[in-house]
Order: sequence, then structure tokens, then C-alpha cells
Amino acid sequence: MNTATSAIPTLPVAPAPAPAGVAPRALRNATTEPVWVQRVLIGVALAFMTLFLFVPLATVFFEALKKGVDVYLAAITELDALSAIKLTLIATAISVPLNLVFGVAAAWSITKFDFRAKSLLLTLIDLPFSVSPVIAGLIFVLVFGLQGWFGEWLRDHDLKVIFAVPGIVLATVFVTFPFIARELIPLMQAQGIEQEEAARVLGAGGWQIFWRVTLPNIKWALLYGVILCNARAMGEFGAVSVVSGHIRGQTNTMPLHIEIVYNEYQFAAAFAVASLLAALALVTLVVKYVIEQRVKGQKREIGDRSE
Amino acid sequence: MILSRTLLKRHTVLPGFDLALGFALLYIGLIVLIPLSAAFLKTFTLTWQQFLDATTTPRVVASYRLTFGASFLAALLNAFFGLIVAWVLVRYRFPAKRLIDALVDLPFALPTAVAGIALTAIYAQNGWIGQWLPFKVSYTPLGVWVALVFIGLPFVVRTLQPVLEDVNRELEEAAAMLGASRWQTFTKVIFPIVIPALLTGFALAFARALGEYGSVIFIAGNMPMISEITPLLIITKLEQYDYAGATAIAVVMLVAAFVLLLVINLLQAWARKRQGGL
Repeated sequence: MNTATSAIPTLPVAPAPAPAGVAPRALRNATTEPVWVQRVLIGVALAFMTLFLFVPLATVFFEALKKGVDVYLAAITELDALSAIKLTLIATAISVPLNLVFGVAAAWSITKFDFRAKSLLLTLIDLPFSVSPVIAGLIFVLVFGLQGWFGEWLRDHDLKVIFAVPGIVLATVFVTFPFIARELIPLMQAQGIEQEEAARVLGAGGWQIFWRVTLPNIKWALLYGVILCNARAMGEFGAVSVVSGHIRGQTNTMPLHIEIVYNEYQFAAAFAVASLLAALALVTLVVKYVIEQRVKGQKREIGDRSE
Repeated sequence: MILSRTLLKRHTVLPGFDLALGFALLYIGLIVLIPLSAAFLKTFTLTWQQFLDATTTPRVVASYRLTFGASFLAALLNAFFGLIVAWVLVRYRFPAKRLIDALVDLPFALPTAVAGIALTAIYAQNGWIGQWLPFKVSYTPLGVWVALVFIGLPFVVRTLQPVLEDVNRELEEAAAMLGASRWQTFTKVIFPIVIPALLTGFALAFARALGEYGSVIFIAGNMPMISEITPLLIITKLEQYDYAGATAIAVVMLVAAFVLLLVINLLQAWARKRQGGL
């Protein structure tokens, strides 16, 4: 529609008539690109994502199964691997519920009330995103390590935090604590407080409001937050690496086990354990996809009803 | 009670403010603020000279150069291709689009160690991609850059997508009516709308890359002065029981991270204002 400059139409909906003498061209949508440009851009985007995303993902499963299913099964049922899986599950089972309670509490106070220094609180929640995982591990060594603040006290009482399970849990909690809060806050902000206020006026107590009104509204975002937090907790490497001490069979989590086995050139075994975590990542993405479709459906329903 | 009396801006009928905020603050204090303050307090046990000596040796400076340089270049590449990916996902229709959209988040969900060994295998000289390249990628600074591109990829795409979806099509129609070519419409109408989001995505990817450890150490080769990133240097110092030295470097990185966090907040405020104005 580049020829439209000469004749400015009075009604924006009416297409400008083609000047006399010019053969009428097939009309093209003025707010999109020619097909060849679209194809080139789609091609570039797909090539970039293939190179940096799809190939690495495929490699994990390919390398894991390269030497056969027997080697694969042996690698993930080996004693050290099993104890690594167990420790990872324990650390996750402690840190995710803690972060769940925090996430709900933080989101409740931030989205249902108007208070001073709210943006400061939001910044603090985001803080672990900008702290290197290595530094996250380091700070717990400084607090609980032998030379740290509580080092001597812990030693005198025969307690171990660093190079033991509590340190791994603390580092995991630190690194993963924004995820659930971050999923909930935008949603609860958009939902407002009218429903809770109505419940309050009708005589509902605090917990009743939460369980009967708020929770049903946020359950999908909450579920995704938990699953994302879970995936990040199971896969955390840098922070856990600093506090774990890499004691085989005792303080090795799955990612640390992968590192050790990989450095011993047992590549198939390393990729076998890695494939479990990659599968978990894929499940996380599938859940996210399903939940997003549901939320879209919910929004459409609400839209229909209000019309 | 103290919290609600001093902080609340207006009266509310909803319960639970003290409990929820109190718990959130306690939790943040115990898990984040107290341990983080340990890093700064530990640095104060050093004299200024000791601090400078620990953070400016040639090996440490070489690691800053690599970490900041590779992170910057990785974020730059992600800004360019991320804009294309976001554009294609928002504007065009093609097969398996939703699947590809969902997979953009893979670097968020995939553990860094897994990404690290996978990228190393692919870009090694006998790897799927490495064997076709005339130069080495794995075990060089180039490998560091590849790993940082991988982990930064979702940030630009996910920051741009909602903004691109909100771009008012009427503006583009108006531009077309006034005779602008599609390229002019893009550079003069669309691009100025998305630039705050693009910069935010760039800054987020850059910040994430600065602290990255897991995916990099496998592919980097970790040669001092050449392919050793700063987070690895912190770990090396810790393993030598040089806690003060490790903490000093960590504080340099923390300050850089906090400055970036501030920049990101300012960019986001700018983006909100820009969007509100349209």
C-alpha cells in the first residue's frame, strides 16, 4: 500500500484506490512483512535455537544411551549415583516447602496490602537472582564454616553445617527462594482484592479466605512455581558445590555426581545421570505449557461471563 | 501489630498482614541478608591495601576481562537473535510454534552442569558441531561465550514477547498509510517502543552471565590468565583456604551485580513509563 501517499483517504478503513494506469496488485496486509522476509526470519530464529538449544538437549539423551541401555541402567543404579539421587531428593524435599511458605507469605503481603517500602521488599526477593551461585555458597561458608561466625560453636557442639546436608539445604534454599514468590506476585496483583474483601464482609476468617478464595484463584501459578523451584533445587550446582565438600556417597548431589564422573572420563555415566535431570527439565516445561493453556482458558471464561 | 501500624498506608479489612510480612522479612533476613552481610563484614577485616592486592593481581584481572567481556558479547548476541526469535514467535505462524515457544525456557529449567557437559561434547573437536568448525571452541574463551549465550537466551525473548504483543497495530497501520515502508515502520515505530524492554533483557542476560559457573567450567578449559572465569577463581581461593581473598573478589562481583540490579530497575521503570504513555 505504498502508493497510498498521494490520496489520503477520509476514512481510514477504506483502502486507497490505486492510481490510474497502475495494474491492481494483490492486496497485502500493511502490517506484516512479505512472505520471503517472514521465511528468512523464521529460518534464522530456528537455526539459532537449534544450534544453542535443541542440539544440546538432544546430545544429553544421545550420549547417555550411546553405549546401550545396560550401561545406562548400570550408571543410574550404581551405589554412588543412588546416594546422590537420595541426597538431592532430601535437599529438595526440605527447601521447596520452605520456599513455598515464604512465597505465599511474601505474595500475600505484597499484593493484598499497600505499604511503605514495598519496592524494597520486591528488590530483596529478586536479590538471589543477581548473586552468583558461587557467592551464595561462599556466604554460608563464611557464616557456618570452621573459620566462620558460628564455626567454633558448631564444632564444640559436634554439629556440621558446611560439608554436610544442612549446608546443602541452606545453599539450595537461597538460590531457589524467589521462584514461587515471583510466579505468584504478578498474578495476585492482577486479581486484586475485591474477592477477599467480599469474603471478609460475609464473615470469613483469615484462613477461610485463603483456602476458599485465594488458593483456588492461584493454584495453577502456585503449582508451576513449585515445579520450577523443584527443578532448580534439584539441578543447583555452583552454590551446592561450594558447601558440599564433594564427599562421595555422603555429600554429593546429582549435579556434583555428574561432575565427578565426567572428570573421570566416564562420559556415558555422566550423561546418564544428566539425562534424568534433563527429563525433569522437560517435564517442567510441559507442565508450564499445560498450565498456561489452562490460564488462557480461564481468562476466556471470565471474559465470556462478564459480557 | 507494629508492622501494620507503621507500614500500612491505608486501613484494610483483610487479615494476615503482620503474619505474612513478618514471616517474609524474617526469612529474607535469615537466608539472605545476614549471610550476605557476612561477605562484606569479612572484607572489612582486610586493610584497603590487602583488598586491592587480592582483587587486582594479573590473574584476577584477566578473569574479570574474560567474565565481563564474554558476558557482554553473549548478551549482545542474545539481544540480536532474541529480538528475532521473539518477533517470529509473536507475529508469524509456522508449524510447531507453540512447542518451540515452550522450549525457549529450557535454559531456566535445565541444570547448568547438564548444559555444561552437553555443550562441551557438541563443540569439542570431534563433537556434532565442533568437527565442522575450523577453530577450537571447547576449552577456549570462545567456549565460555557459547555457554553464556545458552544460559542468557530466555531473558531477552521473555522480556520482549509481552511488549511486542502489546504494540498497537494501529500505529503500524498509520505508518503504512503515511507511506512508510515496512522497514521504516520497524525502525521508526516499533523499535523505539521495544527498546526499553530490549535493554532490560540485555541487562538481565548480562547479569546472569556474570555469575554463571556450572555451565562454563566444563567447556572453558579453565586455564589461568586465558579461560578462567572469576567465579572459578573464588572457588580456587576457597580451596586454598584463602577465605579473605575469595571474599574480596566476591565483593567486587557483588557490587557489580548490585549496580546492574539498579540499572535493570531503572530500565524497567522507563519501560513502564514508555508503555503507559502510548
